[in-house]
Amino acid sequence: MSLVGARVVRKEDPALLTGKGRFTEDLAATGTAVMRYVLSPHAHARIVSFATDAAAAMPGVIAVHTAGDFGDYPDLPGPEPAARPVLARGRVRFHGEPVAVILARDAAAAADAVDAVEVTYEVLPAHVTIEQSLAEGAMPIHDALPANTLMDAPPADDIDEELATAPHRARLSLVNNRCSPAPIENMSVIADWTSDDLVVHASIQAPHHLRNYLTTWLGIPQTRCRIVAPDVGGGFGSKIQWYPELFIAPLLSRWHGVRVQSMLTRSEALALMAHGRAQHHDVEVGFEDDGNITALKLLVQQDLGGYADVTGAGLPVLTTWMAAGCYQIPHVATGFRHVLTNTSPVSSYRGAGRPEASYTIERVVDLVADRTGLDPAEVRLRNFIPTDAFPYQQNTNEAVIYDSGDFPKALRTLLKLMDYEKLRSEQQTRRDDPTAPLLGIGLSCWLEIAGFGPNGSLEAFGHIGSWESINLRVLPDGTAMIATGSSPHGQGHETVLSQIAADVLGIPYDNIIVRHGDTATVQQGTGTFGSRSISTAGVGVQSAATSMLARAKAIAGHLLEASPDDLEVVDGVFAVRGSPDTNISWAHVATASFQPLELPEGMTPGSLEEQVFQESPNFTYPSGAYSCVVEVDPQTGAVTVRDYFAVDDCGTVINPMIAEGQVQGGIAQGIAQALYEEVRYDEDGRLLTATLEDYLVPTAPDIPQLTTARVNTPTPNNSLGAKGIGESGAVGAPPAVVNAVIDALSHLGIEHVDMPLTPERIWSVMRKAEATG
Amino acid sequence: MTSTQRIGLTVNGAPVEAEVEPRTLLVQFLREQLQLTGTHVGCDTSNCGACTLLIDGEPVKSCTVLAVQAAGGEVTTVEGLANGSEMTPVQEGFRQEHGLQCGFCTPGMLMCSSALLAERPDPTPDEIRDYLDGCMCRCTGYQMIVEAVSWAAAHSTTGDEQ
Repeated sequence: MSLVGARVVRKEDPALLTGKGRFTEDLAATGTAVMRYVLSPHAHARIVSFATDAAAAMPGVIAVHTAGDFGDYPDLPGPEPAARPVLARGRVRFHGEPVAVILARDAAAAADAVDAVEVTYEVLPAHVTIEQSLAEGAMPIHDALPANTLMDAPPADDIDEELATAPHRARLSLVNNRCSPAPIENMSVIADWTSDDLVVHASIQAPHHLRNYLTTWLGIPQTRCRIVAPDVGGGFGSKIQWYPELFIAPLLSRWHGVRVQSMLTRSEALALMAHGRAQHHDVEVGFEDDGNITALKLLVQQDLGGYADVTGAGLPVLTTWMAAGCYQIPHVATGFRHVLTNTSPVSSYRGAGRPEASYTIERVVDLVADRTGLDPAEVRLRNFIPTDAFPYQQNTNEAVIYDSGDFPKALRTLLKLMDYEKLRSEQQTRRDDPTAPLLGIGLSCWLEIAGFGPNGSLEAFGHIGSWESINLRVLPDGTAMIATGSSPHGQGHETVLSQIAADVLGIPYDNIIVRHGDTATVQQGTGTFGSRSISTAGVGVQSAATSMLARAKAIAGHLLEASPDDLEVVDGVFAVRGSPDTNISWAHVATASFQPLELPEGMTPGSLEEQVFQESPNFTYPSGAYSCVVEVDPQTGAVTVRDYFAVDDCGTVINPMIAEGQVQGGIAQGIAQALYEEVRYDEDGRLLTATLEDYLVPTAPDIPQLTTARVNTPTPNNSLGAKGIGESGAVGAPPAVVNAVIDALSHLGIEHVDMPLTPERIWSVMRKAEATG
Repeated sequence: MTSTQRIGLTVNGAPVEAEVEPRTLLVQFLREQLQLTGTHVGCDTSNCGACTLLIDGEPVKSCTVLAVQAAGGEVTTVEGLANGSEMTPVQEGFRQEHGLQCGFCTPGMLMCSSALLAERPDPTPDEIRDYLDGCMCRCTGYQMIVEAVSWAAAHSTTGDEQ
């Protein structure tokens, strides 16, 4: 029985279910000192002076440090003109930016000392929005960037002619609202540099990536630094950034001869951990009477926050690449601009640039449907890239070659799953009854770019490579160990990589163990993000196991005096095909692999070990068709998701249970972005959504029951045919929800409302539409 | 402020006597003094529910209870659910139905779910969602958690003490 494709329960679960998980906070040994930040109360200000003596003298306080104490060290890694110092140096650029750090014996002493530090500021005008940063005469947030723009990449193609001559034209301005990834475990670090070897435990997604940068920054050899990501309580892209505590904690440990822990509170994390999305889109579309889209021009403004993050800077590139979605559009032009504002830095959040693209193109397609009077499903079917056109060179960028897909099949599967015609009938009936809540049906036929990535792709984001590492070994008892640079934080890699290995090697699934997260165990790695792990680590396991099996068969054949080609391996036993009594166990083969006298000519001992650095030969393109059915209360504007249907195509599925979990989790975050979540600042740039009271992460009653199905177009781009699925839900869901709400309100002539679609927003827009008739 | 108080309570069936500062939260006491790190802290406003445990069978957010308030009570944490290696139906349900991904919210979810099934052995999916509305999960989107609790309800022997 093949394990690839099987619903196998997870190896990771027993420890996590019994309170034996080991998250970073759980590892702080007695006597670990605590570091806490003094945070800026202003969004933009000059730091005039500090008074730290009182804090330093308090009981339990070991030290108070400010930027000047880190003068021997460079700024944090990042795009230079908008680089971030370890602690605010001379100026603060977002509300909550750390300006000083306290080191104390315990958390209580640290918290008290934070309150005792006095900082004098000269408040500067805060640019809270992109418009304010770009306004005439706006103060530069970074002296090197007088226009508050990091990079300005206008469209390379001029399609204004094609837009002007299209039979119909429409424009839309959309905001992709700033979100907080908000994993339930906040950012946590423990640094121990009390000996010559620095050991850092941290809740991160890419331990080797941190080792590369931290050792360079500290000026120490990599051999003297061990990074461990233990159990990590969620990431969603917000745990690969260069947070200052990753750099400060080791130095404090060194300077003061103590272990140091930094555990952000939720309030701190909502300000200090990377925000996501925060794009403004201006889009123009040209289309024909029959709904065929002929021209699309998209301009993206990416709010980067007060400091530029390298991943944040890359987001709008991906957005422009994916601007045309599932559609064949003859003329496409895209451009983007990065804008600095006095807000928290923006970086990757599940989907990282692709939810923004799918949102806009799916809103555009619905707009075209609305203007032409055609059914939104029909407009999509007319514009889809045909199923026989793959691989499809999309004309957004030469790097974008869609691998495979069957968009009409996904949509038709969806329409059948949801009984679309029946829902449209129900909607019509509702419209005839003024007392009934409004019913809205929204479609989202989305596509995204995953499987990061081909050589060179991650290097552009500052990674050492784009591969993932797999080290596969069999021990003398026939058990196998996979050490991978993949660094899961909920994705179940221990389970799925074991499934892949078990299928190839014939070693029982329970006899395979996967190690990850520790640079002492795994020599090199890249990390887990960008829905890359099956394309890289999964394929790497398959490749390593295939090579290893060939050598194992050579040993087994030698010992059985049979040809390796005649052998098959099942349940840990090598046997001659057709003669099951002539057999030998994996344990015997594995032991022999270390015994020179047992090996065939030319084979050296220890040869059942494979080291693979697996590249994903090209990006992959998961896709799908989602639909959301909403009810809008006309009196209150409240939106209820009544039904949600999801058809996903991620190619080969290794474990359908885990794949489904990823889809459902992503959809929940997408629904949340559409309806509930928004990071908000006041006019002075103070963070208003500073706790979970105000930043509305949904709970169980807020997320509907999902009805899901699958279409499978394997990718030709890797040997597993797997596209990845981790971010799909977050990419596909927001437009399904928003399209549904706009559909519910379309009789009022409302063409667009920005996310999140709070009751207040819907109520306001309805009353305004009714007033203007 | 650094004076302590002596408290006695039962934790996972075992009697405990300890000196605690009055300001010490129950979750801090359990994690730091008893090394029971299964109960987690995820927020500072009582919203996330990762700290949920049982006091005298009732689900309680231990970030909003002082240790001294738990004196004389029976505290059950996630470490107290399984009987040796034998997991409870709720724990097994989470495993069978993939009710956890990163595992950080899981202890709180397990404790709250256990309390629900003790109170209502056969809840509907909507009742499960409502009961768990104080526990946040960012990974699962909740559906598989609901299915896990339903699995547990279906696989519990009536009258079992969980």
